[in-house]
Amino acid sequence: MSVCLPPALRPVVQRCAGVLAAGGLLWPVLTGVSAVVPEGRWSFTPPAQAESFAGAPAHAPAQDWSFRGALGHFDLAAVQRGYAVFAGVCASCHSLTQVHFSDLGGMGLTPEQVSALAASWQVVAGRDAEGRLTHRKALPDDALPAPYTGPEAARAANRGAVPPDLSRIVQVYPGGADRVYALLTGYASSASAPGAGAARAEAGFANPYAIGHRTAMPPPLRENAVVYADGTRPTAQQEARDVTTFLAWISSPHADDKRRLGVGVVLYLCFLACLLVILKRRIWSHVEK
Amino acid sequence: MKHPETQDHTSAPAAFSGGFAGWMEQRLPIFSAFRKEYVDFPMPRNLNWLWNFGAILVVVLLLMLATGTFLAMNYTPTSAEAFFSTEAIDRQLSGGWLLRGMHVTGASLFLAALYIHLFRGLYYGSYKAPRELLWLSGLVLLVMVMGTAFAGYVLPWGQMSYWGADVMTKAVGAIPVVGSALEHVLTGGDHLGDVFLHRVFVLHFIMAFLVVGVVGLHVACVHITKSGNPLGREPKGPQDTLPFHPYYTSKDLIGLIVFAMVFSALLFFWPGLLTEPANYAPADPLHTPADIEPEWYFLPFYGLLQSVPSKFGGLLAAASAILVLFALPWLDQSPVRSARFRPACRLGLAGLVMAFILLAAVGKHHATGEWMLIGRLAGLYYFGFFLVLLPLVSRREKAQLQAASPTTSEGDA
Ligand code: HEM
Repeated sequence: MSVCLPPALRPVVQRCAGVLAAGGLLWPVLTGVSAVVPEGRWSFTPPAQAESFAGAPAHAPAQDWSFRGALGHFDLAAVQRGYAVFAGVCASCHSLTQVHFSDLGGMGLTPEQVSALAASWQVVAGRDAEGRLTHRKALPDDALPAPYTGPEAARAANRGAVPPDLSRIVQVYPGGADRVYALLTGYASSASAPGAGAARAEAGFANPYAIGHRTAMPPPLRENAVVYADGTRPTAQQEARDVTTFLAWISSPHADDKRRLGVGVVLYLCFLACLLVILKRRIWSHVEK
Repeated sequence: MKHPETQDHTSAPAAFSGGFAGWMEQRLPIFSAFRKEYVDFPMPRNLNWLWNFGAILVVVLLLMLATGTFLAMNYTPTSAEAFFSTEAIDRQLSGGWLLRGMHVTGASLFLAALYIHLFRGLYYGSYKAPRELLWLSGLVLLVMVMGTAFAGYVLPWGQMSYWGADVMTKAVGAIPVVGSALEHVLTGGDHLGDVFLHRVFVLHFIMAFLVVGVVGLHVACVHITKSGNPLGREPKGPQDTLPFHPYYTSKDLIGLIVFAMVFSALLFFWPGLLTEPANYAPADPLHTPADIEPEWYFLPFYGLLQSVPSKFGGLLAAASAILVLFALPWLDQSPVRSARFRPACRLGLAGLVMAFILLAAVGKHHATGEWMLIGRLAGLYYFGFFLVLLPLVSRREKAQLQAASPTTSEGDA
């Protein structure tokens, strides 16, 4: 966010202020301190604003998402394909802590399909007599298991970076779905070239949509990274689109219900409003102005 | 001479003379009181749509209490669980997304309606005799509702919740002498954790219900002094009034339905407009967000807070912005109520609204660069309006009126 007035306006504002503060009495009070932040003043902005340094992420081009806008809706086939990408690729590093398997029924799955899907995941069941962790197949009421036991384990496995939880990523990540898609498809070609050595990985992978144009996440998607059940060809672009759609959906899985209910409510309110306007006019008809 | 009892009895409407209603009437006359206050109650006939907001506020308050009660049943006030339980309400609790959506949208629109309601009072001079207590009780409500809203925003324990609370508790700590003790009472420790969150939860809950009590007082005041009106002249007799029912019940219903439409549009179609996305990330005490920003309705005060070059001074300015409103009935001594007949005052009020909006923009931009200057000018104007402009204008108006007709009675211009 830019924090300054347009340059053209600055002299105007200063002149107006000068006139208002005529006499010079108020002038130092009004302007003197604005250049320096004295001890004890509130300052909530860090000195370097994200947008103002050279490594600011590139602006992600706007994509045509069906779920965008007040009356958008999710393409559930794409959401389901996106789940396949998440489960097959992203889930090895990223969690969806807030999500339960039963929530995935909202992708258009039957309860049996949800149970089967849950059963393809292993969750911690407890400890056996020797104190070793035991596992069992997940049930619909379980939360999706996280890939690491905690941030330390995540950091150790990823050269110091913690892969963020993806439950709300499309809402929280500045730039939203467009930027997630841009990041997934925007790796500089050298980064994904085979033989990118450990030395390069140390500094991160070049990607104009990451902060500082580097990300610790290796390029996750490639052609045929997953097999789509509906026969769609899994190109890297297609996978990125689908998984972004899935992440947008999972960040507010009730968005479609919300909009659907909203249409009903607004129509009902319009109808009621008409009746009430007629009623009020009748009641007020013999009150002269 | 009649007995007081029989007098009461005969003055009660015929409908309440027999049966259960009559029996009640002799013991606790709620039916006739209700008829007197909400059916036959005389209302000025010239009220405009700005008089709808009191009823709207009452309904939103009830909605907040209803949705809040059910949210509280599913919320866990601990730093480890608060964020998860809020997410679970949104995702797993059936209908939870609707419950939470209504509560969040309701909070924003409550404050919006409150600002409009307050502005109505400011514009039409509803704070003047005999409505001073009405105005003061309204301001107490404003402060309480703001406190409740702030406490509520802390509860989901997202990044903005946490860092907003951090700014707030440090602001309290900046008060000289008592500050650090007060801060400790609030936080219950040296960091914001379980104890703090639990306190905030209890405060949020309790304040919401205390608001209901104060609304009772506030509405009682309206019924003693009767409603004002856009002309600022008290009705001369029955020819200037209409019974509350059915005239204003039907009008209030239209106001409510229009409000419900705005509410639904925001709730169902543009939910992102009122929420800060950063608050969907769990609180992380080790990672300060790039932009700590309160909800939109606190921005003007946040702007004041940041425009002053000292922590305590900023706090004082923000608090005084509300405190000065308490003195308004005595700062403005003009017998003319409505700004319709006060051109200078009307202009000044337009400036006041501008200054308020500018201060919000300043808050949004953290009073950096030119915004600092704008913030100070807007702040100066805000206080200048109440402390200088209004007293001067009202003195001049008073003198003019007295010169024109020395017999004009107070408050009847
Ligand atoms: C919880 C918040 C509040 C509720 C539920 C509430 C409710 C009401 C109601 C029902 C009325 C009568 C209908 C109307 O005139 O609109 C009213 C009138 C009034 N309220 Fe409030 N109010 C609240 C907050 C405030 C605040 C913050 C102020 C300003 C400081 C305020 C000042 C007034 C005044 C001056 C009147 C009488 C206006 C007139 O008739 O000229 N109220 N309020």
